[in-house]
Amino acid sequence: MTEDNLVFRAALARGMVSRRSALLGAAGLGVTALAGCGIKGRNPGGGAAAATTPTAAAAKDLSTTEKVVNWSNWPEYIDVDDKTQGHPTLDAFTKQTGLKVNYTEDYNDNDEFYAKVRPLLAAGKDTGRDTWCSTDWMVARLIRQGYVQKINLANFPNHANIVDSLVTVEFDPGRLYSVPWQSGFAGIAYNPKATGGVKVESVDQLLTDTRLKGRVTLLTEMRDTVGLVMMAMGKDIADFTDADFNAAIDEIKKAKDAGQIKGFTGNEYGKPLSSGDTAACFAWTGDVVQLKVDNPSLGYTLPTTGCTLWSDNFVIPALAQHKANAEKLINYYYEPEVMAQVVDYVNYISPVRGTAAILQRTDPAVASNPLIVPDAKTLSYAHVFKGLTAAQETKYSQAFSELTAG
Amino acid sequence: MAEAVAESALPTRSPGTPARPRRRRANWVPYALLAPGLLWLIVFFVAPMVTTLSTSLQQGNVDDGYVLTGNVAVYWEALQAYWPQLLRSLVYAGIATLLSLALGYPLAYFIASRKGRAKNFLLVLVIAPFFTSFLIRTMAWQSILSGEGGLLEKLLGWLHLGFLFDWFGNVLEFLHLSPNGQILGSPWAVVWGLTYNFLPFMILPLYTSLDRLDGRLLEAAGDLYATPRETFRYVTWPLSLPGVVSGTLLTFIPAAGDYINSRLLGNTNTVMIGQVIDSQFLRVLDYPLAAALSFILLILILGMVTAYVRKAGTEELV
Repeated sequence: MTEDNLVFRAALARGMVSRRSALLGAAGLGVTALAGCGIKGRNPGGGAAAATTPTAAAAKDLSTTEKVVNWSNWPEYIDVDDKTQGHPTLDAFTKQTGLKVNYTEDYNDNDEFYAKVRPLLAAGKDTGRDTWCSTDWMVARLIRQGYVQKINLANFPNHANIVDSLVTVEFDPGRLYSVPWQSGFAGIAYNPKATGGVKVESVDQLLTDTRLKGRVTLLTEMRDTVGLVMMAMGKDIADFTDADFNAAIDEIKKAKDAGQIKGFTGNEYGKPLSSGDTAACFAWTGDVVQLKVDNPSLGYTLPTTGCTLWSDNFVIPALAQHKANAEKLINYYYEPEVMAQVVDYVNYISPVRGTAAILQRTDPAVASNPLIVPDAKTLSYAHVFKGLTAAQETKYSQAFSELTAG
Repeated sequence: MAEAVAESALPTRSPGTPARPRRRRANWVPYALLAPGLLWLIVFFVAPMVTTLSTSLQQGNVDDGYVLTGNVAVYWEALQAYWPQLLRSLVYAGIATLLSLALGYPLAYFIASRKGRAKNFLLVLVIAPFFTSFLIRTMAWQSILSGEGGLLEKLLGWLHLGFLFDWFGNVLEFLHLSPNGQILGSPWAVVWGLTYNFLPFMILPLYTSLDRLDGRLLEAAGDLYATPRETFRYVTWPLSLPGVVSGTLLTFIPAAGDYINSRLLGNTNTVMIGQVIDSQFLRVLDYPLAAALSFILLILILGMVTAYVRKAGTEELV
């Protein structure tokens, strides 16, 4: 114990130094600590205009010694055997290759998942996952930030089976980093029991029909919610201005202030929609096709003003320990027979060439559903939200967040 | 003789010579005993506080990284943009705390006045909900309060009191507490969810206080011709005050920061500050704004709690 310290303690005991000023001293220490902080980004100083995209680091591939693949995916997004609760296509893959798949349904929401893995990726650590399925815009961000690795096409000969329209995407031309898992539309779902038999056929009706007041939910996915509204206002979501975006936000805000909207949801809109607590909502096709199995009266509308088309895509994160195994897994799902089995169960749109022909044979009912195997007319309604720069992304999501949480 | 002995036994100390230093107990002992607690405080309280404060004063974005610039203006921006949600959180939490107190006090009193097995059984009942996850219990209220075949509606219908359900919804709508006469998705449902979820935190400290209440004091009050009301006013209530204070704190503080109840039971106009912080951190990735909001909430709660504890004038909590 030093002399000074003793003096200080004595002074403290006599009340010469109040507790408060002692605390101030401690706070001073804290401030010094503050100065050392800062959160590292991906390309410091580079900004959106950085000449080079940072590249993802590769780890030593343990694929040959460890016969596993760790795959994170969205809930209820793969075929399930009703009796064993297993996943038949995964079991077949294991039998065929000897690779065990650790399939985890821990991807509930793009933002949430990103928040979970970003600190690991930023710190240059393995996320414990070899692949996961992110939505288009999240893939764009992951590629931009150099958090995902290029796929080795030698392990993925079925690359040629990706349907043409999905190969030439803006965020990953030629599909070098990402491979679609499922695609789908966002449109309007409604429960006729709760709407009093009324069909909900347009975005305008959803936002203004007083018969739905307080029983409408929209999606927390900004691109789907704002995209649908923007298209209903006659804008092109592949090419719009800030003013167009803000006009759509105002439109939704008007409905919110009028008490029309109950909430903004992720995947969880299904239950209240089935029960009738939610009368109508923005919803994803596959979900509604699945819900209709238990509740055939549910209605689904693809607005003629336009619906959003999105895909969730396999990506291989930086430092994945079993990259080659993950590539084998992706290659396996690009066999049309395998994908047909998955699509027959999850009812989303297959990104694999030749799936429709197989479905026609195995399950004609699914093959004739335009939400699962879209015809040219259905596809003509579908649009893809334009890619955003980092600055735009922040600006738009800030505005959207003021709407959803405000 | 006795005097002389006493005198010589006293230590003789002349002003000039310092006392022989007592053998000092090893200095490190109290510090060693404090260390685990201090370490805990530093790791789980001080360090997060410092990083949060630092984050709030940084500027940048996820791609370029964040740099500490001492941008204090963010606090003003945060307050300006989100004061309604802050205020709403405090009001909801306040009402929920008062409701919990009103419901919890009689219950805690009742439990404390039981004996033996009945008392233990009742206490287990209070704690039992903790065996289920917070999230699931809140979701259960969704199906209880639902206007489309919810449990409450069914139960009232079965008792031929179905009109009560609609009547309550209409009262809520009349009071502008529900947009469409539905009970679910209204501010009332959010406050009710908060009350339900934090009620055990009110009951347990109240119970501890009331259980220690000496029954003889109540008898004495009776002997002195105090009416039951006066006994409560001048004996029971003051003696249970430590329980009231810690119960209200344990209810109010988590309730003010909660974001599950308003998300699951509320609508878009019941958003609480926890939801805003969550969305700023996870969706917008505006870490500085989220950190600033967290800090503002912390300071507000700290201020209110300090004022409250001073006012309640209790030294001893629990």
